[in-house]
Amino acid sequence: MKITEATVRQVAELANLRLTETETARMAREMESILGHIDKMAELDTTDVPPMAQVLYDAGETGTLRADVEHAPLSNDSAVANAPLAGNGFFKVQLVIER
Amino acid sequence: MSVSPALREKYEAVIGLEVHVQLATRTKIFCACPTGFGAQPNTNVCPVCLGMPGALPVLNKRVVEMAVQAATALNCTVREESIFARKNYFYPDLPKGYQISQYDKPVAEHGFIDIVLPSGDHKRIGVTRAHLEDDAGKSIHDGFRDSDKYTYVDLNRTGTPLIEIVSEPDLRSADEAYAYLTELKLLMQYCDVSTCDMEKGHLRCDANVSVRLRGAPQFGTKAEVKNLNSFRFLKQAIDYEIDRQIELIEGGGRVIQETRLYNPDSGETVSMRSKEAAHDYRYFPEPDLLPLRIGTAWMSEIRGGMPELHPVKRARFITDYGLREYDADVLIQTREMSAYFEEAARVGGDGRTAANWVMGDLAGALKADSKEITESPVSAARLGELIKLIGSGAISGKLAKDIFAKMWTSEDSPEAIMDREGLRQISDTSAIEKILDEVLAANPKQVEQYKGGKTAVAGFLVGQVMKASRGQANPGMVQEMLKAKLS
Repeated sequence: MKITEATVRQVAELANLRLTETETARMAREMESILGHIDKMAELDTTDVPPMAQVLYDAGETGTLRADVEHAPLSNDSAVANAPLAGNGFFKVQLVIER
Repeated sequence: MSVSPALREKYEAVIGLEVHVQLATRTKIFCACPTGFGAQPNTNVCPVCLGMPGALPVLNKRVVEMAVQAATALNCTVREESIFARKNYFYPDLPKGYQISQYDKPVAEHGFIDIVLPSGDHKRIGVTRAHLEDDAGKSIHDGFRDSDKYTYVDLNRTGTPLIEIVSEPDLRSADEAYAYLTELKLLMQYCDVSTCDMEKGHLRCDANVSVRLRGAPQFGTKAEVKNLNSFRFLKQAIDYEIDRQIELIEGGGRVIQETRLYNPDSGETVSMRSKEAAHDYRYFPEPDLLPLRIGTAWMSEIRGGMPELHPVKRARFITDYGLREYDADVLIQTREMSAYFEEAARVGGDGRTAANWVMGDLAGALKADSKEITESPVSAARLGELIKLIGSGAISGKLAKDIFAKMWTSEDSPEAIMDREGLRQISDTSAIEKILDEVLAANPKQVEQYKGGKTAVAGFLVGQVMKASRGQANPGMVQEMLKAKLS
């Protein structure tokens, strides 16, 4: 699969990444190599293998579901502890809407 | 902006609604944090809903049950296997960087809602699909000292379960959209999956609007209108958008596919250009969740627990209680009112009288006090007791009104109030006769007139008896006895 630098730039844009020209060129080469490897794997016939077969289960259909019962949430202090910026119990970020 | 009726007639609007309904679970969809409204910011959160690395989602079983019930109410087919998918975008109130939603295999599809138009006509509106997803948090842009520099983010709402219900583009006017949303809301309330409280954001609506020349086979280009947070705004925004598109086309312009935000203050829709670039969500199957399987046995178990929906209830009110169609329509308008009515009718033993009281005196008193029916000082059972007293002839309708007014401010039973206030109806022949004789003796002129053929004065004489008895005489008996005495 051919990955152009335009594709890399588009994906970088969607992923909020800023790449230099050198990085863009390198990413195009690397992504092409990774996708080539996946193309190779796609040659396997998986017609009868359901998606996520590796984790499918024999338990009943509700076996992996959770009862609607509350746990104790984090304290506000813990919740915002890792935030680069917080105040009044909120996370704070640079203004996100144009005024 | 408003175009002439003739121009409106030249075009036809095509509308589809996307409605988000918040499911009324105790906990979030993928973690066990409480879903309560109004908690302190960022106190109903955990590593899963904060999107911390390594935290894994676990699906809430109750969400699935509610989804099946909602799907059933919407006449949808429930997929035996549906899968969750990641919808990727960046926004500060979305800590994971993606929303867990459903894409090509939603939990429910191919349904419909029957609506009644203002003209009385019925119309069937297709429901394309209903899928489960988690809600984002809340961004607060105003109200803080440094709100000019920062956006404040509260993630309590993050992970609240939503079901998104997408209609077919079958709606042709703002009125039809209004009727559709009204019916959808009732269905969700009656099957008990959501309060649908729009003020709290439990029911949110976006509209896809396009116009085409009437009779044209192709749809026009649509605009998606967001922020329709009340029924009134929904109608205003759609009407505005239809007119805007007609004017644009008539002026030689072209509608572009875009997201527009409704501004209730100006009554206009405004393009959200910032949203345009980000429309590539790169959906892919959520690798942290297994496919959701709902087999026949579990499905029928869930469906067995379905509460009665309002169309069925309406029909039953008419056949079981002998209500008029109009009354049944009014009483099913909220689940709470229909439940109140049924309890009052059951205790009182008379559906029609109960209906009159609920829609009349009770509704009036609630309105005067700005109270919801769930906050009524007079419970359905207590109103039922009052209706029973009327039915047994112990009190007249007039006395019942007086007693009802007293019940509003006390917790006593109607019977206790009746006895305490001496308001029991007088149905004792000799007692009525005594008062009647006094009234006749005091009004010889009217008695003469009556005997001379002016029977209309009977009304005056009955009124005098009622007055003399402080409203307690049985009016039917008074009339009959008066007639007998003067003939």
